[in-house]
Order: sequence, then structure tokens, then C-alpha cells
Amino acid sequence: MRYGEIGFDLEVNLSRGSIDRVETDPNDTKLYLGGLGTNAKIMWDRVPAETDAFSEDNLLIFSSGLLCGTAAPGSNRTIVSTISPQTKLMAYSMMGGFFAPELKYAGYDKVIISGKSEELVYLWIHNDKVEIRDASHLKGMGATATSEAIRTELKDPDIQVAAIGLAGENRVFYASIEQGRSSASRGGIGAVMGDKGLKAIAVRGTKDINVADPAKYMELCDDVLKYIKFRGENPIKGVPPILQGLGSPQEMAIVDEEWHTTNFTWGNSRTRRKDFWTHEIEQKWKQTQENVRTRLISCHNCPMKCGATISVPGLPTYMMKCYSKLTYTMAAFSDLDFGFRIAQKATEYGVDGFSAPQAMAFGLELLEAGILTLEDFPGMPEDTEGRFFYLLDKIVRREGIGDYLADGTYWAARRIGKGAEKFDHNTIKKHEQLPLKLGMLNPVYYLMYSTGEKINITQIEGQFPQEPFATRELREEFVKDWFQVPDEKFKKYYADWEPRGEMSNPYYPTPQMASEIVDWMEKMHYIDDALGMCAGLSSFPLKPPYHIHNYPEFVTAATGIKMTKDDVWKSATRTRTLMRALNVRRGMRRTDDKPPEDHWRKRFPDLEKELLDNYYKLKGFNDQGIPTKESLEDLEMGFVAEEFEQKGIYSNG
Amino acid sequence: MAKVKKIVKSITIDADKCNGCKACEVICSSWHATPRYSSNNPARSRIRIVRLPLRDIYLPVYAGEYTESECTGRDKYIIDGKEYNECDFCRASCPSRDLFKEPDSGLPLKCDMCEETPALAQPKCVEWCHAEALIYVEREEEVEEDEQPKLGDIEIGLGSMIDKYGLQQVLDTVARMAKP
Ligand code: SF4
Ligand code: SF4
Ligand code: SF4
Ligand code: SF4
Repeated sequence: MRYGEIGFDLEVNLSRGSIDRVETDPNDTKLYLGGLGTNAKIMWDRVPAETDAFSEDNLLIFSSGLLCGTAAPGSNRTIVSTISPQTKLMAYSMMGGFFAPELKYAGYDKVIISGKSEELVYLWIHNDKVEIRDASHLKGMGATATSEAIRTELKDPDIQVAAIGLAGENRVFYASIEQGRSSASRGGIGAVMGDKGLKAIAVRGTKDINVADPAKYMELCDDVLKYIKFRGENPIKGVPPILQGLGSPQEMAIVDEEWHTTNFTWGNSRTRRKDFWTHEIEQKWKQTQENVRTRLISCHNCPMKCGATISVPGLPTYMMKCYSKLTYTMAAFSDLDFGFRIAQKATEYGVDGFSAPQAMAFGLELLEAGILTLEDFPGMPEDTEGRFFYLLDKIVRREGIGDYLADGTYWAARRIGKGAEKFDHNTIKKHEQLPLKLGMLNPVYYLMYSTGEKINITQIEGQFPQEPFATRELREEFVKDWFQVPDEKFKKYYADWEPRGEMSNPYYPTPQMASEIVDWMEKMHYIDDALGMCAGLSSFPLKPPYHIHNYPEFVTAATGIKMTKDDVWKSATRTRTLMRALNVRRGMRRTDDKPPEDHWRKRFPDLEKELLDNYYKLKGFNDQGIPTKESLEDLEMGFVAEEFEQKGIYSNG
Repeated sequence: MAKVKKIVKSITIDADKCNGCKACEVICSSWHATPRYSSNNPARSRIRIVRLPLRDIYLPVYAGEYTESECTGRDKYIIDGKEYNECDFCRASCPSRDLFKEPDSGLPLKCDMCEETPALAQPKCVEWCHAEALIYVEREEEVEEDEQPKLGDIEIGLGSMIDKYGLQQVLDTVARMAKP
């Protein structure tokens, strides 16, 4: 028997209509843990470098993590991996909620989808019974509505459904996969699902998930719960409210939006409104939020409540979490009420809350600049809010200008031409980023923006404060109970970091220190993504309950595979390196490793070069950002080096 | 019959506070696993959440007695504009549904308040519900002396098998299985 994991994947080929239950290799668990780690291995082995996102050969993997469905609080992430139509690189988006544990209750670690169905279908997994079912009656239906329709059709309210809306069906490059209160949004994975003719996956399971050392495992879980309680009662002092506690930023509970609205940019990520937040606005937004928010809700087995049910009068109820309540609001220079109303539609259509509003604001900017004309927007209303609703409809139907904008700002700009390229200023590797424009370069953030394989800052940052506290005294106070650090030296790095002067950005933390800090932060994300742990309890917030010191114990007690801190660390290095290798094989190089051009006003080319060099060196990459043969062999991935040599990747750069 | 003082254990359910996390289901099924905590499977839990987020229905329900036959003429309730079925509130392990039955054998499940020597300070599901939707209450009550010995798990299970298949068939099966 396997512990922690199930040891079986479900292989579904939609071209052939075949369904197989396949045993997995326990050795891969030792090397890659599970989740993103084993997804990356499958993508490397089975998806050749030339494969297009919309090819039958592209795989779409829905994976649970190693700890999902065990008693470990917050272990509920579904990790969806595929080739992105937008970046052309490997995309891996995560969602919380209830899907991954249910999949394991049904008896599978992953569902691996290959091929394409000619007709729209959905997959129904009920323990050992798995069916590909007709979904023609669900065509064009919203993602939430689809989930409800499937539950009704199969007569079980406890079925968990991951579904796409119209955006996914029409292969919008930033279409999401929606699942109750959660969604996997980044990288356009919903478009791949639509391309495969797969409207939804429905799953229900009633089997056991076993752990190897029950008493120890429960002791670890209880400690985590106790610490979560402690952190709830002891918020971090000196940071904005949304960064004080655990979980995703508490966007549904908190109404104080001063930090987002004054620091983040409005419109097509252009304008900072430092004086926006007034008492009047606070009162109004508070009322809006409290009027529509029915209840704060959790993911599977988690005591936090990061999501909410939202019922805007006159609109169907939906669920929301996090920052999407503001992305539309700010892109349209509007207010929170508009944000909640358009997010309802956007959720049903299934689009990414980062990319979609930016693509729309970008379209309207081109109109203002005269690059597009009103003829490109037939029938568009006069008011900005009406225009956003209009554009959302056009985009998800790929009608007229919507067909251009549906590819995201990078591709749309190149297709439109006439200088539109200049307006695509907030992408990395063709992917829209958080709307944020700042002054002084921060070396740690420079590295994370440039090199993160996820191409999304929130999926790499965390743990290490974004800024130094004002005084040394405060910083020393902060590091006192900072037991999560993998090494004591990080306490000193932070205590020495000054807001101004010699020991401040951009030259401090030094390139060496910055690389080490990033290494720690991203490793924690890679471990979470392999274990299926919510970043909100681990890699994302300050002083989280899961960290590098208790994770090895969790893995050992769950699986019975003895793992030390070094083993877990190395496994994260392995997956990080394999992700880089996958993208290198698809053509990514050093020139692609850069932040959005205007992310910081003050740039330092020499320092930036030094930062990248240092980071690459620490990671075992050569100066092109390609993992070296030595580091690959050290990580037991000689097979990658072999292929690189065969293809001349080392020699041709 | 003689009256005796007895501690009655009960749980007050504040459904308004439930957020549907199912932590109670996880810990109940883990606690009752053999060996203890060796597996998790909410389908074996003795507390289940009726969770219908789009209708804002979150209802923790505890497993109670096994019943042989379902009720006829079940009612619907509307509370605060939300419609519930009578069964939503019901604790029974009942032929009308899969709830509160062991998923492989179909044997009924019943909440035992995490009975244990020495006694726990509070039941596991209460401990794991950080939302404070489950509140443990102990009160002293005068009750009539229990003359009937308490039925154990096996007896409850056998009782339901007998109801389903008849005594003779169960006896035959046990006899057959007992043969070396
Ligand atoms: S911390 Fe928040 S987002 Fe993470 S699992 Fe818990 S409820 Fe979900
Ligand atoms: S643990 Fe509490 S909040 Fe969570 S589902 Fe159970 S009763 Fe509801
Ligand atoms: S579940 Fe309860 S209410 Fe429903 S039929 Fe059975 S005994 Fe009656
Ligand atoms: S009191 Fe104990 S047996 Fe009853 S539902 Fe809660 S955890 Fe399960």
C-alpha cells in the first residue's frame, strides 16, 4: 500500500475515448514528491518541445498534491499543468477549494487528459466508475451554472466540479478553470481545456487516504492548528492589514483598501492615485462589500476563511476570493460596486482577473490614442463601465476587436501594430502582471519578477518582508521569533536592511544575499505546489505555520519515506530546475528573464546583470539561464542534460 | 425504575458560523480509523455538512440512530428564505440516503461523542472547528436508570443487517464465514 499518495493516476485520452487507471512509480515520489513535481516530470517525458498548446499531444494535468486529503490543514490545492497558449511555455496554475481532496477520495492522484474530443464532453469520476459524458446541453453555459447543472443531473450535491465558461470554450488566452470558490486562472489553461472539448470534470469519492505514521502525523497537524490560532491572535505589527495575518490576503473580510488602491496602478496599469483613499470612500466601499457578502467561506479542511459568497441584488450568486474585487474596479477607474457586478459575469465566463481587465483597459487606451477607432467598437456604450461589460462580451465570444484582445495585450499589440506595442508595457514573457509601478529597484523583487517560472509575482514572493521596517529596533523585534528561516543568516540580512542609505535598495541586500533570499522563497512555493499545500498557510504570508523545519516531518509521517530537510530542499531544487529545463527546451533564454520594462522608474543595468549572474550561479544555471550538465547530474536528471546536448542547446546558446 | 444523575453530553450547533470547511468530517473519520488517525475519509465521518454555498446553506448534522425505513410525506422547511428538506436536519442512518453509512459495507454510523477513557476535554470535531460553529455542552440530568445494556457497534451493525436480510440469512452467512 502507498501512504499519503494514492499511487494511481487516471489517464483519459479524449481522441480515442479511452480511460485507464495507471499505477505510478514510487521512486518519482522520492525525487519529485508529487503535485507540480511529478507533473513537470510527466510534461518532460511526454510533451515534446515543439508541441503547440492546441495540439492533441499537449497534456492537461489536474493533480492533487502529496498531502491533499490527509488531515493536514489547508492541503487542498489542485495543480493544473499544460502548455500555455499565451506564453508558449509550461503553465501551472493552482486552485484551492475541494477538488483535489475529492479526487484522492475517489482513488487518484492525478487526471491526465490527452487528445481532443470533437463534441463537447465532461468527465464524471465516481470512485472506480469513470465516464466521458455528453456536454452539448452545457455549451455556452457559465462555469458556476455548469457545476450546478452537473450536480443536479447526477443528483449529488457533494460532487466537486471544475468547469470552464464561454471564454474557455472559445480559447481565450487567459481563460480560467473555475471550481466553486476557487479558480486556476493564470496562463490560459482554461483555453486548453476548451480546445480539448472538455467542459468540466466532476468528481466524487468515498475511499480512504492513509498515512504511514498516524500518531506522529496527527501531532504535527495539531501543532499547525495551534500555531494558526496563535497567529490569529498575534497579527504582525507594522505592515498593512492585508499582510498581517495568514491565508490569502483577506480581501473578503477586510474593507480597508488603502494599500491596494494607492500603491497599485489604475487603468492599463498606468496611474497611481496616492490620494484616492478617503474616509468617504471607505464608508461607501464598506457598505457595498457588506451588502453583497453573504458569508466568509473556507477551502477543504482549513480554518481560515479567505473566500466569500457574493450576492449582488439582481445577479446570480457567485463566490470570490482575493484581489479580483479590485482589478476590474481599478482598470475602469470605477468603484467597488462595479467590481462586484462585473466579477460575477467574469466568473461565469471564466477569465483571469489579472489579465482580462488589463486587456480591456489596453483596448480602450488604444482607442484614446487613435490607434483604434470607434469603428473597431461597433455599438459600444459611452460610459466606461458599460464599455467594460461590452468588451468582456466581445472577448469571450472572440467577436471583432474582442478576438484580438482575447490573446492578451502582447499578442493583440503585435497583431494590431501601428505602435500598439508600446501600450503592452506590463507583461513578462507575454503574460500580464499585477498592476504595479514603483520607484526604486528592489533587488529581491527584480530577481523574482525576472526569473520566476510561474511568471506571477504572488506565486514566488512571501516569507521575507517586502520592505525593511523603519528602525533597527523594530527589525530586531521582528526576527526574534522568526523560527521559519531555513538559516540564521536571513535574520541578519533582514535586521541590517535599511530603508535609506548604504544598506538599502538597490545595493542591499547584495546580489549574493538577494539570490539566497529568492532561493528560499521560491523553494517554499515549489514545496507547497508539490504537497498541494495552500501558499496562504506556508510560502506566502510572514511567519506561516508550515516551513522547512516541519515539512520533512510531514512528508515522512505521511508517506513512510524517510526525508530530511536536505532531501525536501533538494527535491524542490530538482523541480525548480526541471521547470526551467522544460522552458529552456521550448526556447526560453536569458533575454526573457526581465521584469516589465517600466516596473521601476530607476533601473541599474550593471547591478541587474550582477543580480542575474549571481542567481544563475546559485541555481546551477549557465550564463544563459540554462541548467548546467553538472547541476543536472547532481540532481539525478542526467536525462535532461543528454537531451540538451543532443539538441545542441548548450552550444547554440 | 430508579432515578440516577448522569452527565449528558451534547453539542450546540451554530450553523450561522459554519463556513463549510469539513474539518470536522476529516477529524471525525481520522479519529475513528483503526489504527487511530491512520486514514481520512469524510464518507466515514459521523458528522456531515449539508453544504450548498450558492444557497448559503451550511448545516452540520450528527449521525444518530439507524432506522429501518424512511419516512413518508417528508416536509420542506423555509427558514430565512432558504428551503431545506426535512432529511437535511435528520440524524438517521436511513435507507433513503447514503449518509451515515460505512461506504463499503453500508453499515450504519453513529456519533459516539468520541467516547474514550480517560475522557477527552471535548469531542474532536468541536476541537477542530475553529469557526466555533460546534459548541460542546455538558449538563447534569436526572434520568431513569439504564436497564438495557448499551448496544455496541457490532450489535447495531448486526441489527441493521438482520433488518435488511432477515435473521436466518445473517446466521447462515456467519456460519459459512466461520468455517475454516
Ligand atoms: S488559507 Fe484561505 S485560501 Fe488557503 S486553504 Fe485556507 S481558506 Fe483556502
Ligand atoms: S469544522 Fe466547523 S466550520 Fe468547518 S464545516 Fe465543520 S462545523 Fe462547519
Ligand atoms: S433521512 Fe430522516 S427524515 Fe429523511 S426519510 Fe430518513 S428518517 Fe426520514
Ligand atoms: S463527537 Fe466525535 S464521534 Fe461525534 S461527530 Fe464529533 S468527532 Fe465524530
